[in-house]
Amino acid sequence: MAKDHVSGPEELESLIQEVLEAYPAKAQKKRAKHLSVTTATDEDPDPVTGIASKCDSTKSNIKSVPGVMTIRGCAYAGSKGVVWGPIKDMVHISHGPVGCGHYSWSQRRNLYTGTTGVDSFVTMQFTTDFQEKDIVFGGDKKLEKTIDEINELFPLANGVTVQSECPIGLIGDDIEAVAKKKNKDIGKTIVPVRCEGFRGVSQSLGHHIANDAIRDWVIEAPESEAKKSYEPGPYDVNIIGDYNIGGDAWASRMLLEEMGLNVIGCWSGDATLAEMERAPKAQLNLIHCYRSMNYICRYMEEKYNIGWMEYNFFGPTQIAASLRAIAAKFDESIQEKAEAVIAKYQPLVDSVLAKYKPRLEGKSVMLYVGGLRPRHVVTAYDDLGMVIAGTGYEFAHNDDYKRTGHYVKEGTLIYDDVTGYELEKFIEKIRPDLVGSGIKEKYPVQKMGIPFRQMHSWDYSGPYHGYDGFAIFARDMDMAINNPVWGLFDAPWETPAVAAE
Amino acid sequence: MSQLRQIAFYGKGGIGKSTTSQNTLAALVEMGQKILIVGCDPKADSTRLILNTKLQDTVLHLAAEAGSVEDLEVEDVVKIGYKGIKCTEAGGPEPGVGCAGRGVITAINFLEENGAYDDVDYVSYDVLGDVVCGGFAMPIRENKAQEIYIVMSGEMMALYAANNIAKGILKYANSGGVRLGGLICNERKTDRELELAEALAAKLGCKMIHFVPRNNVVQHAELRRETVIQYDPTCQQAQEYRELARKIHENSGKGVIPTPITMEELEQMLLDFGIMQSEEDREKQIAEMEAKMKA
Repeated sequence: MAKDHVSGPEELESLIQEVLEAYPAKAQKKRAKHLSVTTATDEDPDPVTGIASKCDSTKSNIKSVPGVMTIRGCAYAGSKGVVWGPIKDMVHISHGPVGCGHYSWSQRRNLYTGTTGVDSFVTMQFTTDFQEKDIVFGGDKKLEKTIDEINELFPLANGVTVQSECPIGLIGDDIEAVAKKKNKDIGKTIVPVRCEGFRGVSQSLGHHIANDAIRDWVIEAPESEAKKSYEPGPYDVNIIGDYNIGGDAWASRMLLEEMGLNVIGCWSGDATLAEMERAPKAQLNLIHCYRSMNYICRYMEEKYNIGWMEYNFFGPTQIAASLRAIAAKFDESIQEKAEAVIAKYQPLVDSVLAKYKPRLEGKSVMLYVGGLRPRHVVTAYDDLGMVIAGTGYEFAHNDDYKRTGHYVKEGTLIYDDVTGYELEKFIEKIRPDLVGSGIKEKYPVQKMGIPFRQMHSWDYSGPYHGYDGFAIFARDMDMAINNPVWGLFDAPWETPAVAAE
Repeated sequence: MSQLRQIAFYGKGGIGKSTTSQNTLAALVEMGQKILIVGCDPKADSTRLILNTKLQDTVLHLAAEAGSVEDLEVEDVVKIGYKGIKCTEAGGPEPGVGCAGRGVITAINFLEENGAYDDVDYVSYDVLGDVVCGGFAMPIRENKAQEIYIVMSGEMMALYAANNIAKGILKYANSGGVRLGGLICNERKTDRELELAEALAAKLGCKMIHFVPRNNVVQHAELRRETVIQYDPTCQQAQEYRELARKIHENSGKGVIPTPITMEELEQMLLDFGIMQSEEDREKQIAEMEAKMKA
């Protein structure tokens, strides 16, 4: 499959021009601002990656151009699918017609412990199933009834959230009044979330709205027993923005606990309502997914004076750097233990690198994921000797692109809110050795003869966070790229070896 | 049977749409027309004078009770009133909840699909206040009302509303077949009312169909839940409504695409009539008054 692959900044720039030519003038002008190649910067290189490039010239967080195939989600997806859905001991009602709840049924592989249907409800689907009459006469009464039924059928549920679908905002239902009333009636936390899908340009606003709902209806609610009875300790920390995809949060938590920290809350993978309630008692907030949960960290900093820091548990280089940076916020005993943890896992790292690096070194990767991973996983690939040819976000903001400059080298293709057409063209012309994106992209890419891994769900694998996760990550990438199936891609009669016989 | 004619009455809230439309329709039935009234107001008071009682069973309430509109029969929702006029009300939620606009769409689709429009000469829609959303524009969309009659008066806000409704008609006139039938002026005894109504009609490019004088007999009839035609068939006011009905009947197919004007043009019109002061004049007047007060 000898192809003339596009590489180098000039070729990438002309590739962008070529791709844009397919659009009418107005769309062309709009999309041009979202596509770029990173350039040099005079900023100091990142201490961990040793990289500094400029990629915040890319426009972001803007409405998608009508008519294109965008890969984005909606505000409801951001609230129900990302932030609230993984809270395991609350029931999350998809309030509105049946579709939104039905097609987000089962959540996003947010693993949890507990007995589903008894004390945990993440993979279950609850909906008010709006009919015509609920639109015309309003759905507040039906919502009340649904909450009553949930309370009766699932007495161990510790609370209920109301995840608004589009019609709720259109017909003006007063879900806040219902939440207050039902809270009085049944004595449980009821959280109304105004995450109607038509709000904002992507799922990003849904994250923000969900964060605000946590602030208004959980943290600022009257103090619960769980919070009152909790005696804070000097090493208490929260993990914020780890959704436990394939067990990520467990692999992360383990490392923090080994270095002597006490994780009192993990938002929101495998989380309980109590963990959210007592979060303000922690010493430090450790934030993994900055995009979806920085809002609540800033709030806790302002209101409770709790510091927050970003960390990255993808790949041994970032893990070690993050463990040391976290430890630096605490005393020497923690710092010593952090070094011990890093040393303990070094043999594992060495064996993983010894096995997989020779098989993966020099392979190129293109990524297109949500709001964090397009930059966060880059160093994990780098640890395996792999190179990032292009990366892009569905719903990042400018501050994410600023941070991306610390991860990707000069001359990397950047595509914001990429369209189906653009991504396909880019992949076709660059022909990387691996593409990491979502389920919608998987099969078209594989049909192009290019190995693919889903980087939202870890392709039913995981965890990828932490040292244990790195071993699995390396194995999975090797499995995709070096799969013998790719040698069978061309028809036998067109294979040169066969023709020679 | 002649071809089905669909008309609709629009106008500012409280202008007398329901009263005017029901009196006109009562006169039309005297002319031998078979009529169906579709009330498109959640208050469900568009058929009260014809039925001599407030209609209790609206389409949407019955549908909510039964489960959905698919569970209803047309006979359940159509009641027979004065001289055989068929009456039905869309109904809707209590004020402040739900979506009344969606209710109007649901109800009209149900009536049409289930044959409520068969065997009538006229379908008349009576719609609340203003074209606030797509639902209340339902009767002016494609294949619904061919002519819209705007009930208005010489009051400034009624003129504004009439102009706004004309804008709504214009929007749908090009895609569908809706036309502005004309203005019906319901006298409020404001300054130079008839001239003003005629001037607005001229601006909108439509006819002033009829000037309905103010008469207390309308109020007397209304208090008895009757139209004037039924309450006092020989009085002058009954004659006025018969005249209006005749004009509407003869206006078939003569509707126009309106030419609504801007707010500024409308205010200028009122200035020209000398019933509205310009901002400068009023300010001068206030200054003079203040000067007098001081002195």
